[in-house]
Amino acid sequence: MASNVPDDLLFTSHDEWVRQEKGDIVAVGITDFAQDALGEIVHVEVPEVGDEIEAEAAVCEVESVKAVAELYAPVSGEIVAVNEDLDDEPEAINKNPYGSWIFKVKMSDPDELDNLLDAAAYQQKLEDGD
Amino acid sequence: MSGSGASGAESASPLAEGSRDFERRHIGPDAEQLAAMLATVGAASLDALIDEAVPARIRTSRPLDLPAPISEHEALAALADRAAKNRVLRSYLGMGYHGTLTPPVIQRNVLENPGWYTAYTPYQAEISQGRLEALLVYQTMVQELTGLEIANASMLDEATAAAEAMNMAFHVGREKLTRFFVDEGCHPQTIAVVRTRAEPIGVEVVVGDPLAFDFSEPVFGALLQYPTTTGHVRDYRALVEAVHAHKGLVIVATDLLALTMLAPPGEWGADVAVGNSQRFGVPLGYGGPHAGFFATLEKHQRKMPGRIIGQSVDADGNPALRMALQTREQHIRRDKATSNICTAQVLLANMAAFYAVWHGPAGLTAIARRVASRAAGLAAALKAAGFEVGAQFFDTVRFQTDDAAGIVDRARAAGFNLRNLGAGSRGSVAIALDETTSPADLVALYAALGLSGAPRDADPAIPEGLVRKSGFLKQAVFHSHRSETAMMRWLHRLETKDLALNTSMIPLGSCTMKLNAAAEMMPVSFPGFSGLHPFVPREQAQGYAQLFAELEGWLAEITGFAAVSLQPNAGSQGEYAGLLTIRRYHHARGETERDVCLIPTSAHGTNPASAVLAGLRVVPVRCDDHGNIDVDDLRAKVEQHGSRVSALMVTYPSTHGVFEEAIREICQLVHSVGGQVYLDGANMNAMVGLCRPGEIGADVCHLNLHKTFAIPHGGGGPGMGPIGVAAHLAPHLPSHPVIETGGDGGAVSAAPWGSPSILVITWAYIAMLGPVGLTNASKMAILNANYIAKRLEGKYDVLYKGAQGRVAHECILDTRPLKTSANIAVDDIAKRLMDYGFHAPTMSFPVAGTLMVEPTESEDQGELDRLCDALLSIRAEIAEVEAGTADPDDNVLKHAPHTAAAVISDGWAHAYSREKAAYPAPWLRVHKYWPTVRRIDNATGDRNLICTCDAWPES
Repeated sequence: MASNVPDDLLFTSHDEWVRQEKGDIVAVGITDFAQDALGEIVHVEVPEVGDEIEAEAAVCEVESVKAVAELYAPVSGEIVAVNEDLDDEPEAINKNPYGSWIFKVKMSDPDELDNLLDAAAYQQKLEDGD
Repeated sequence: MSGSGASGAESASPLAEGSRDFERRHIGPDAEQLAAMLATVGAASLDALIDEAVPARIRTSRPLDLPAPISEHEALAALADRAAKNRVLRSYLGMGYHGTLTPPVIQRNVLENPGWYTAYTPYQAEISQGRLEALLVYQTMVQELTGLEIANASMLDEATAAAEAMNMAFHVGREKLTRFFVDEGCHPQTIAVVRTRAEPIGVEVVVGDPLAFDFSEPVFGALLQYPTTTGHVRDYRALVEAVHAHKGLVIVATDLLALTMLAPPGEWGADVAVGNSQRFGVPLGYGGPHAGFFATLEKHQRKMPGRIIGQSVDADGNPALRMALQTREQHIRRDKATSNICTAQVLLANMAAFYAVWHGPAGLTAIARRVASRAAGLAAALKAAGFEVGAQFFDTVRFQTDDAAGIVDRARAAGFNLRNLGAGSRGSVAIALDETTSPADLVALYAALGLSGAPRDADPAIPEGLVRKSGFLKQAVFHSHRSETAMMRWLHRLETKDLALNTSMIPLGSCTMKLNAAAEMMPVSFPGFSGLHPFVPREQAQGYAQLFAELEGWLAEITGFAAVSLQPNAGSQGEYAGLLTIRRYHHARGETERDVCLIPTSAHGTNPASAVLAGLRVVPVRCDDHGNIDVDDLRAKVEQHGSRVSALMVTYPSTHGVFEEAIREICQLVHSVGGQVYLDGANMNAMVGLCRPGEIGADVCHLNLHKTFAIPHGGGGPGMGPIGVAAHLAPHLPSHPVIETGGDGGAVSAAPWGSPSILVITWAYIAMLGPVGLTNASKMAILNANYIAKRLEGKYDVLYKGAQGRVAHECILDTRPLKTSANIAVDDIAKRLMDYGFHAPTMSFPVAGTLMVEPTESEDQGELDRLCDALLSIRAEIAEVEAGTADPDDNVLKHAPHTAAAVISDGWAHAYSREKAAYPAPWLRVHKYWPTVRRIDNATGDRNLICTCDAWPES
């Protein structure tokens, strides 16, 4: 089953997607591949607004019936918003992974975006299967 | 092996060899079956097979030195003799343990009924609806009485429940604060266990008087006891706000019977309530087993430890129960788990729930009121006699005296154990009355205390502001089963929903679901074992002392260790106790920097979870393609961490069911840098009499007495996880604050010897099998596993065999290729087995998408063949999907299991026949077990958690 990998997003090697919004703010979610691997998502443990996060460090968790996946921060910065709708409807991530952002970060170092994968590179990673 | 057959086929053995009668009953295959099975697996003899399966270099050269086996009736007599050496007095010692009257309808239909005690943990929910419903009743009972929002389906005991609550509060506070307050009015064993658990994780415990403590200095949690250990009912409302002001959690250790009359903690601001549900009809048993309880607020439900039962729906949309939020468990979270608890106390939790159902809210309140009134009357009589008596209590009267020791002695001579509180300038004594206290008891007690006049009741001494105003247990189930006929039938309805060992084999890999013989179980109910309070003077428990000494000696001989601690109440607790013993050993030598725990990636998730709780950093060690430890990687990690290595945790035989050849070298490597080897004894059933953990280089191992040594699983507990240690570790074994035992290690359980009343099961098992029988059991367990592997060969791939092509006592079937060839997942096979009347093997452990089969020695060839036939028949059903003759979606596997209602329904619309759905094998015509629900939708229940029976249809 081929995964959907939109061209206009950036990706991490841990299967998070990153969408640039206004200014230094990015929205983060998990990819189609990740939601498919996790299966039916039942809960998202969101971080707290105001938390300072560091790139590559664990930020929060997505829980399915069978597994728990940690989300790693794609970039460093401050959490400025969390998607509280996921509290009532965590399965939205299964239905629409790229429409279901989990948290937003105000980046402290926008250059860190250069460390992320573009769609082609992420697609390649999925095909390589690692 | 000595002798001519595993079943001890010699007809007349000399007296010195003892009785082989029980061995013949315990081990399934007889001599004829043995010969046939050996022919199937292609081994010349059982010994030849064992030589191929168990590497020569790990075999013991010394046969077990244990007493010759005795028959069932000899064992019953020997245990009756030990029970008679225990003196059962009226124990009014309290401290979380109280006399109780087990309703006979519960004793006979539940505690002593294999339909309840031989069931496994309800992971396969569709065939476990009966005990899941009982556990839902338990959760509802706890939640209602504590006034909180959600309860789990039991903890190991009150002290560990309190420690787990501390842990949860620590995590809720995101480990920012490290100070934890403990009420000095908590039971001493609770304070001791909390201290044990706090130190390795860096928590500072402050013990004090909560009403005098300055909570403006922040704590992440405060543990209070309500009523206190000396019986005092205190109002804590004033300090709740102060604790909450710094986002700390208020944890209340409490008493369910008292809560029928006291304002429940949930109504005055508590965030967590814990305690022991023993006094709801569960025998004292000298300390256990009992079910601890744990309740909290919904906002903490995902951080709550232990198993939670929740309501969901099945494939037909009907309500169905299953364990909820399972991703909290260690097998998923490993070193990130917030608790290492696996086992619950299901059998005991269910007994407590049934007690509440039997009595109902009015009956429970009447019991509580009677006890409280008698206690108040006693207090009045003491006051009239000039004693200074404490005010505000429920069932425990405390009074000051210059002659505490004399009073306690005179009471003992009259048949009563009272608690000498000792402390203070003047002595004091506490008397905890209970449900069993009769008018005649009171007359004798009054006489012993020198009180004049006849015992009278008085108004309960509960302070007005703490009287319970709210109703409780309003759910229909607590009002529906009043007559014994109704109760008996309800219990039977629940029982028959479940598949236990009295229906068919439960081939769970790593769980060893062997026979729990009736002769082993009967002594559990001997009053000399069941009636003892854990803190009676030791001279009253000489029968137990003898039994413990014998059992410790036998387990030490079996494991090759110098000393044994019987305190740990579960395998996970054994792991924890073992790692703490190692930690103390290192610290005693000044090697406090050792904080690395090496754990193979194939280990059960509880290993890393336990290591983290013991303050260790988990460093994973790679495994090779056969599931063996990658020795080169281990060498690299040992070199890298050197003097920081505390321990290696290794399961033997491996979690993949293989006797690793390199185990001695692995142990030597760890020892070479001063590390210790912890052996996880989950797979000990393949080792007894063949090799010894102590001889292959381990320093500690735990034994799951509920696996290898015949204690039943109880539907998900009790368990026992004693540890054996080498001589150098013996000084550091767990101790106990009330009854002296063990070494200088901290207490890990509430009771000094864990759950003594079920140790009689293991005693009987070892005594009746004897050295040869125990060894033959191991050998037959290995043959049975190899027989299954051979019979399924060619149809399923068997993963991980030893160097000579043999498995140990279990085998792993690889079902992953079927996902590709037919889109059949391991769950589909597991659920389809239910239609054949079987419980599935262990799913997806240690390898995702596989089934691990462990038959044990107790299953005979006929039952093994039935299981193999079922698996082969299912394989043929999958072949139909592969060939396209069965529909890829609408087939017997995807829709399994099939209930009677589904099959009989007028609306049958499947592409296969009803007969094929429900009667796929000939033996089902003789006996058909029907699952009571269709496949359960886990996601629906996890997204919308329902954990009480408010919305549950009455059964």
